[in-house]
Amino acid sequence: MTPLLSLAYLVSSILFILCLRGLSSPESARRGIVMGEVGMFIAVVATLLHKEIISYTWIIAGVCLGSAIGTAISLRIPMTKMPERIALSHCFGGLATALVGVSEYTHYEGHVSRLTTGALGFETFFGFLTFTGSIMAFGKLQGLITGAPVTYKGQNFVNIALFLGSLGMLAYQVIVPAQPNLFYATSGIGFALGVMAVLPIGGADMPVVISLLNSYAGLAASATGFAIGSNILIISGALDGSSGLLLSILMSKAMNRSFANVLFGAFGTAIEPSATPAGGAVAFNEATIDDAAGVLRAAQNVIVVPGYGMAVSQAQHAVRDLAASLQKRGVDVKYAIHPVAGRMPGHMNVLLAEANVPYDELYDLDNINDDFPRTDAVIVVGANDVVNPAAKKDPGSPIYGMPVFNVEQSRSVIVLKRSMNPGFSGVENELFFLPNTMMVLGDAKKTLLGFIAALKDGH
Amino acid sequence: MSSELIFGLYIFVLATFVGYQVISRVPPLLHTPLMSGTNAISGISLVGSLVAAGAEHNRVSTILGFIAVTAATINVVGGFMITDRMLRMFRRRGPASREGASGEKSS
Repeated sequence: MTPLLSLAYLVSSILFILCLRGLSSPESARRGIVMGEVGMFIAVVATLLHKEIISYTWIIAGVCLGSAIGTAISLRIPMTKMPERIALSHCFGGLATALVGVSEYTHYEGHVSRLTTGALGFETFFGFLTFTGSIMAFGKLQGLITGAPVTYKGQNFVNIALFLGSLGMLAYQVIVPAQPNLFYATSGIGFALGVMAVLPIGGADMPVVISLLNSYAGLAASATGFAIGSNILIISGALDGSSGLLLSILMSKAMNRSFANVLFGAFGTAIEPSATPAGGAVAFNEATIDDAAGVLRAAQNVIVVPGYGMAVSQAQHAVRDLAASLQKRGVDVKYAIHPVAGRMPGHMNVLLAEANVPYDELYDLDNINDDFPRTDAVIVVGANDVVNPAAKKDPGSPIYGMPVFNVEQSRSVIVLKRSMNPGFSGVENELFFLPNTMMVLGDAKKTLLGFIAALKDGH
Repeated sequence: MSSELIFGLYIFVLATFVGYQVISRVPPLLHTPLMSGTNAISGISLVGSLVAAGAEHNRVSTILGFIAVTAATINVVGGFMITDRMLRMFRRRGPASREGASGEKSS
């Protein structure tokens, strides 16, 4: 590697770190992204001048094709589909690193050092694992594969055994290098394990899975850096890996569950639904749009709690319009955003930002939970677990200990929900049966538009 | 253990540490842009695929390199574009908003 190339990579690495630092506030974030782009540009141009590169045909073809696809996806995709797009990008990232690993391995053939073998093996294993795991995550988010956990007896044992087995195979290759069969076998296990490991994880746990796959993609990229002796890959991979790790920790904490519980806990949630009593035993207040609008008309302050249901019915614009018409009447409107609301970290924030909701109206769990007792009306838009009081009271509940919004302490709660069926988490929500809760069943977007019309008529 | 490995580990550990420090300051508000941003950055594996696609070691290597270049470019180009598209939407309350917010409230 020429000193000039190394220097260019150093500049790129610094720009990448500054890019992430920019993301610490919405004001500096866009400037940060520009730094990241410049860093990437420098790194790519410097590499193209690398003397090992002889032919540019395939490079140009790949860059053009990739840019076209990347641009098309980015411009077209609606914000409600962001989790799917993130899962897809992890899938491309995993594929790219895995293929570079295999490509490097074929060209070294017999003579590889221990370090290179180990790094390449690690890289392809995690690359393929991320690739298939992300395809599975994408399938689950998109509804192509059932969002419910898919389990069989001894599943955890099989997965753990495969994982430890492949680590053992990697270690053996470091001791005795140059065993192509073993190398490809390890890659194959990574490929299969991606599918098998995501299969038992339910849709509501997707924020953790996506973060974890992010972390794996980073690890794989870092391993590439070790294999081809490229510091910039080690650094960028480490940045990506630590970001994914940090997000998965935050997400697990927000559900009060350990990593292990999310990854291997499917069997617990699969049994749970049968434990809940048959429906119809407890009465709930079903309210019409006009009843609920009457409550809103009398309210001085309102908190909106959005959940995945808002994304499903694409109701974010209707939410904002309702908030606007309430604010016109002098009502104070805030949004309460739970870290695991939706299917990925920050999902709700992006949707509301798309609908032009100013971000200073969005509040975290800690900043808003004390406000509920002083609140006249709470509107729950397609959220369920994050407002379930059982998380505080019922040690037998699967979500016990999860930090939730104290919505039941407010004067009245209006819940917008498609039907009274519990979601596939199967956890019954006692909030829906409380005397100060009004259930407005039906499509959230239609209901919200109904509220807006009713408020207009009322004054 | 080779000095190359030790050197690489130094870089890896320090970069992880820096990453953890920098990223723990990112507010939950921006967690989705953070994810797509780091995704674009990890598209730096493009650098490795460029060499694989252009070094003409052998046919298999070139084809795999080509696919890898395509996949990595999707992440780099798409990742930065969508991150910017998202960040453009985040705005503060106040009259400074230009992006066609109809029915501005006066509270």
